[in-house]
Parts: sequence; C-alpha cells; structure tokens
Amino acid sequence: MKKRKLIESIIHGIFLILGLVTVGCVLLITIYLVVSGLPAIKEIGLFNFLFGKEWASTAENPKYGILPFILTSVYGTCGAILLGVPIGFFTAIYIAKVASKKIKTLVSGAVNLLAGIPSVVYGLVGMLVLVPGIRKLFNIPDGSGLLSAIIVLAVMILPSIIKVSLTALEAVPKEYEDGSLALGATATETYFHISVPAAKSGIAASIVLGVGRAIGEAMAVMMVSGNAPNMPSLFESVRFLTTAVASEMSYSNGLQRQALFSIALVLFLFIMLINTILNLFLKKNKETTK
Amino acid sequence: MKKIIAFIIIILSASILSGCGKTTGTVSTDGSTSMEKVIGALGEAFEQANTGITFTYNPTGSSSGITAVLDGRCDIGLSSRKLKDEEKAKGLTETILALDGIAIIVNTSNTISDLTLEIIAKIYTGEITNWNSVGGSDSTIVLIGREAGSGTRDGFESITNTKDKCNYRQELTSTGDVITTVSQNPNAIGYASLASIKDSVKALKIGGVTPSEQTVKDGSYVIQRPFVLVTKTDVKLSNTAQKFFDYITSSEVSEIISKAGAVPIR
Repeated sequence: MKKRKLIESIIHGIFLILGLVTVGCVLLITIYLVVSGLPAIKEIGLFNFLFGKEWASTAENPKYGILPFILTSVYGTCGAILLGVPIGFFTAIYIAKVASKKIKTLVSGAVNLLAGIPSVVYGLVGMLVLVPGIRKLFNIPDGSGLLSAIIVLAVMILPSIIKVSLTALEAVPKEYEDGSLALGATATETYFHISVPAAKSGIAASIVLGVGRAIGEAMAVMMVSGNAPNMPSLFESVRFLTTAVASEMSYSNGLQRQALFSIALVLFLFIMLINTILNLFLKKNKETTK
Repeated sequence: MKKIIAFIIIILSASILSGCGKTTGTVSTDGSTSMEKVIGALGEAFEQANTGITFTYNPTGSSSGITAVLDGRCDIGLSSRKLKDEEKAKGLTETILALDGIAIIVNTSNTISDLTLEIIAKIYTGEITNWNSVGGSDSTIVLIGREAGSGTRDGFESITNTKDKCNYRQELTSTGDVITTVSQNPNAIGYASLASIKDSVKALKIGGVTPSEQTVKDGSYVIQRPFVLVTKTDVKLSNTAQKFFDYITSSEVSEIISKAGAVPIR
C-alpha cells in the first residue's frame, strides 16, 4: 500500500514537472521578449516607434517606424478574414448539415490535408502561380503585394475556421433542429435560424482563431508580399510585422536587432490580445452549451 | 516501476555525459550566403583530402559571420564585403579568398542587353522608371533587391553608389528568390551573385563588358566584390582550422573556386 502511494506521488511529480515546463517556456519567452524588446523602444521613443511611417534600418540615419508593418498586418488579416470567413463558414454548414456521408468524408479529408500543408509550400505556389497571375489579371508591373498575401492567408486560415465551426455546428442538439422542422420550416431555414445561432459563439471563436493564424504567419506571406516597407495598399509591395522580423533578423546587429525584438514584442501583444478574446468566446460557448 | 525509472535516469545521465566528449578535428565557418557554393566546394574537397575532419558552414550572412568570429562561435568568418574600419578595430583580419562579380539580371524576354553603371544607378534610385527610356519596351521597371543587411545588396549599392537611395519594389531574402522572381516577371531587373546565375535569366553587359570570370579578374567588369575570410588578429586558429585556412588560400584550389563560379586571385 505504501509502495503504491509512493509511485502515485512520483507520477504526480513527473506530471507536475512536465506541466511546469510548458508554463516555464511561456514565461521565458515573455520575459525574454520584454527584456530584449524594451531597450530599442526606449531609445527610439514609443511614439516614434509605433507611429513612425518610415523604416530604414541600415541607412546612414536609421529610421525605425513600424506603423507600415502594423497597418499591413491589420489590413492583411482583415482582408484574409473577409475572404476566408464566408468560404469557411458555408463549407462548415455544408459539411455538417447538407453533404451526404461520402462527400462529407471527402471534403473533411481535403480540409484536413489543407491544414497539414507547410506554409512554405503555400508561399512557393503563391510565388510561382498567384503572383504572376495577379500581374497579368490586373495588368500591373508586379503582382506581389498585399492582395497576393491576403489571398494566400485566406486559404491558410480556412482549415481552422472550417474545423472549429464544424465542431460547434455538430454540437447543436438534434432536438432543436427536429423541432424547427416539425414546425414546418424548410431545411435551409432551420440551418440559418436554428443551427447557426445555437453555434454562434463557436463560429465566432473560429474567426478569432483564424485572425490569430493570419497575423502570426510569416513564411508564406514573405514569399508573396514583396517585402518593401511601404504603407499598405492593395497592389503595393508591403511588409508584415512577422516578415519584418524574419527578413532582417539574420543580418542584423546593434539597435537594428533590438528594434526587431521590439517588433516581435508588439506582435506578441497583438497575439495575446487575440488569445484573450478567443478565451472569452470559448468560455461563453461553454456556458451556452451547458 | 521503480526499476524502469532508475533505468531511464541511467540512460539519460549516460547520454548527457557522452555529450561532454571533446570534439576534435572540426572547422566551422559562418557567414555570407553568397559564398555558399565556393566554401561548400572547398570544404568538401578538404574533407576528402583529410578524412576524419568535419567541415561545417552556417549560411547566416556577412555581418552575422563577422559577429560570429568576434563571439568565438566559429573558426573562420565569411564575408562578401571588405571589413569596415570599426570591425578591424575590434581585432579582426581580412584575407581575400576570391572575387565575385555581381550580375545585373533581367527577364529573358527583355530586349535590353547592355547598360552603363550610371543608368543602372538611375534605374535603382527611381530616376528612370520605364524600360522605354533606355531603349526597351513601354513598361514600368520592377526593381528587385535584397533585404537590408545582405552582402549582395551592400556590394551592389556601394559599387553603384546608391546606398539607402534604392527604390525597391521587392526585397527578397535569398539569391534564389531574386532569380526566380526575375525569371517570372518580364519587367523585372535584379542583382545576384555571378556564380549563381542560371539560364532562366539574362545577365546584362555593363558598358559593353560581359560579366565573366575573365572580365572580373582583369577588373574591366566593374560590379564586383571580394569574398573575404575573417579571422581574429591576435588569436591563433586551431590546428585543424589553420590547416583549412592554408589549404583554401593556396593556389592549388583555384580550379575548385572557379568551378564554383567565383574568380580565384591566386
């Protein structure tokens, strides 16, 4: 009996340590980012850093304004959501309610596959197919820019939107729908007036998750966005918060490197904010399904 | 159960201890991505001639390579630009390994084949924006460049005297990306290391001089830069690293260097 108790407590100890490793990683990253991100902000000045419109990190008189990156990340994410959410939302409804079993397996298999494609592959296909395509379609000198990035991001966030919405839609109790159908509503009316409202916080959570994925993506957008630090505009070459860090980090030194850490800190705060919102939705979701 | 845990602990500690063994016979290099081909070929040849020695190369970029030497994270730093005076003041020495031409590349469908250095500078600073002002078709010039800090960008901008004035449409993070992008876009112009140019793009003549090993060596092709080995001035290299250093700076490797696309100077 005593031996069993000892083993129990050892196992508990191991689990505790493993749990602490995760927490420790988060803490370490947070502390490291804050410590290495603050000096540059202090030196450049918070206002100049966040609202400066010019980024020229290796120039004779370096300028470290990240407003173009912030706006690009916000616009790019909004664009991807505008494109991706309707497609993802209707796909989820289709898979959950309309599709026959065979098609359902096929489509959800495709969605899972889409989720598994590495981002560099999205970037490569975007670079070789999408960018020249946009150049020819709109007859502009160069196709890389915000629009290409938005399209790539929209495709990349589809799996998370579809999967989370799907789970929420499938969790809607069948009685709700049966009741609606029994009262004479058509199937489509039932989906949009009963199932969707009942799953709305789950669907909202899927959108927030998509936002998080879009704002944090670096590799794919780096290959299609052109990477010049311009103010965002649909056909202009732009740089995101993520790509600003990734593209210059390997060669950087001194204040430039510190400023890159500060950008990472800003990005981190953005993602923390999104995570908080996501948690709120999930909490609400739990309460409504209870 | 206890036995298993004890066993795991033994294995873990054994593997940790074994990691403490001394590593002998390695040469580590770190730096310029443009030098990848050259240093890779040299490292391979060196490893073949000296079995048991491991050669490593970390493609991080010229400035990172220089920092790595300073921090003692590698034996030899690789830089595709000459050292700045302040870097020399920190106790670093440069040894020129070879020369590299920077080719100005356009799409194969572009009718232009010859530009002067001044016109290229004007194109990159945005003074000339349309191909028809230099005798080409009526289309906007798309400027492709490298990211801030890149050795190739630094080399190109300092040779054409366009430092901080370039109006890039795209800033890409590798030579391969530049070549791919230029080969995809008929309006594009870009720059890349001569060693890595492929048939998918067209390298322009500069003032009538075709970029080639010969024209870089005799200095008539003007857009060129040195490939530099960076070492600490007052710290001796390890025996293995010194052997590698002597080997790659000897005249017997000139064929390997030119095969890798750079121009040997010895």
